[in-house]
Amino acid sequence: MYNKSLKELSTSLHQKEISSVELSTYFLDRIKRLDPDLNSIVTLTEEAALSAAIKADEKISQGIAGVLTGIPLLHKDIFCTQNIKTSCASKMLDNFVAPYSATVVNRLADAGSVMLGKTNMDEFAMGSSNETSFYGGVKNPWDTKLVPGGSSGGSASAVAARLAPMATGTDTGGSIRQPAAFCGVTGIKPTYGRVSRYGMIAFASSLDQAGVMAKSAEDAAIMLQAMAGFDEKDSTSIDKPVGNYAESLNDSIKGLTVGLPKEFFSDELDDSIRQKIDEAVDVIKSAGAKIKEISLPNINLSVPAYYVVAPAECSANLSRFDGVRFGHRCESPVDLDDLYKRSRGEGFGDEVKRRIMMGAYVLSAGYYDAYYKKAQQVRRLIQQDFIEAFKEVDVIASATAPTVAFAAGEKKGDPVSMYLSDIFTIGVNLAGLPGMSVPCGFVDNKPVGLQLIGNYFAESRLLNVAHQYQQLTDWHQAVPAGFGEE
Amino acid sequence: MLIQPEDVMKIAHLARLGVQDEQVAAYAADLSNIMLLVEQMNAVNTTGIEPMAHPLDQMQRLRADEVREENRRADFQKVAPNVDSGLYLVPRVVD
Repeated sequence: MYNKSLKELSTSLHQKEISSVELSTYFLDRIKRLDPDLNSIVTLTEEAALSAAIKADEKISQGIAGVLTGIPLLHKDIFCTQNIKTSCASKMLDNFVAPYSATVVNRLADAGSVMLGKTNMDEFAMGSSNETSFYGGVKNPWDTKLVPGGSSGGSASAVAARLAPMATGTDTGGSIRQPAAFCGVTGIKPTYGRVSRYGMIAFASSLDQAGVMAKSAEDAAIMLQAMAGFDEKDSTSIDKPVGNYAESLNDSIKGLTVGLPKEFFSDELDDSIRQKIDEAVDVIKSAGAKIKEISLPNINLSVPAYYVVAPAECSANLSRFDGVRFGHRCESPVDLDDLYKRSRGEGFGDEVKRRIMMGAYVLSAGYYDAYYKKAQQVRRLIQQDFIEAFKEVDVIASATAPTVAFAAGEKKGDPVSMYLSDIFTIGVNLAGLPGMSVPCGFVDNKPVGLQLIGNYFAESRLLNVAHQYQQLTDWHQAVPAGFGEE
Repeated sequence: MLIQPEDVMKIAHLARLGVQDEQVAAYAADLSNIMLLVEQMNAVNTTGIEPMAHPLDQMQRLRADEVREENRRADFQKVAPNVDSGLYLVPRVVD
């Protein structure tokens, strides 16, 4: 049951072979049995799940159900869920029960899906290993000594362990794609503005984008379809029609040109991973695609530019956590300054503090032009490199991450080395392009992810290439040992 | 080091962020390392390049100035640490 596709599950539900209540109970039981080893879920919403499942079963009986009706899912705990704790994995929001729901949450609920719970993550989505969570790190189901990646590590780990058929994630610098790669699942970060950010707790507003963690490109297409589209409540949402993602999955990729940026196949890339990417590219070539070497001359400046833009926006966004209107408040503040400083000092973890300070520094008087303006200019150069590249190729392929999942604790004390684990993903966020990670093999039993990058609003094309690749390979169907029993 | 302990104290104050004295040196070292990474940007000449604030160069959308939301003050204040009669309470600011 746990390895069935969304289509198969939906067919079983519609043919009354199983009810949504049974399906939801099945996955809730898996969570209770298996998640204590992973810590991928921070809040289980069993009661709400069962009542949503009952409603889904009614809709199915009435014949007014869609493809997602009755399908269980998990939400990253960055999405506000009305009357349910929404923590962002921070002590700051440990007591926060959201008064409204994110548009993503509402749209997936309207499509009939059943939320089982909220997933663990790096605190305020700041991290690449899930180790910054207030609730403790998440473990990688392929080897519990390894990190699952971050920041959507809980969602990736849970889908990899088949604790739910699908989960939401968010991606500011690689936070869907890198954990998808580390855990061997399929993840897509759409074009900036494609999915509403309303009710998604903001980290870096010009980079944040919600997306999908799923078992396959086909499943990701179905889930993204329900999430994507214009939302008046998000001022950065793009008012542009959404394509039919499932329709183009089976298109031939014959004649398509896939670009390999030479900068992404440099010394930073581990040899064993390079071999897996070469094999994956050969598979895509065997399906009729043409392969072309390209260059993204400024891409090596993406991590430096990101660590100006993202912290600057973070310091502005997180100023709302002031101990006055919501979130943690310190005991017995003596004055307003003390209230702000101690509430924030106690509520935020180390990495969040580093980024707030970094942002405050680059935005402070006298430094703005040298850092913030400079980073925005570099960002433009990086975007122009991609625009030039997409004049010659349809899709860009690379490794998602320069290494496989690393051991917990290995990079925790060294922020810069942690930041560099996102060198292949961050440029995509700076440019605002859609990107995916697709499982493409194993190195020492650790999953490797193939990154596919598309032009603006080319989600259909990305999902199509990923699906065609998954028709010729079965890496996406592999289940970690210890999680393969019903 | 690019960022000294006194810089950390100043930035932390600007951000109204409480930082423990014994952590200041470590933050200064970490932030200095991050700044070294950031300064790699200087390798490229950006004279005349238009800064990029939004990936799709969108402008802020405007809408008619009319009330659309219902008043949910009570719901929003339920999650506040300290409220009274619809007001948020903070330590005395004016004597």
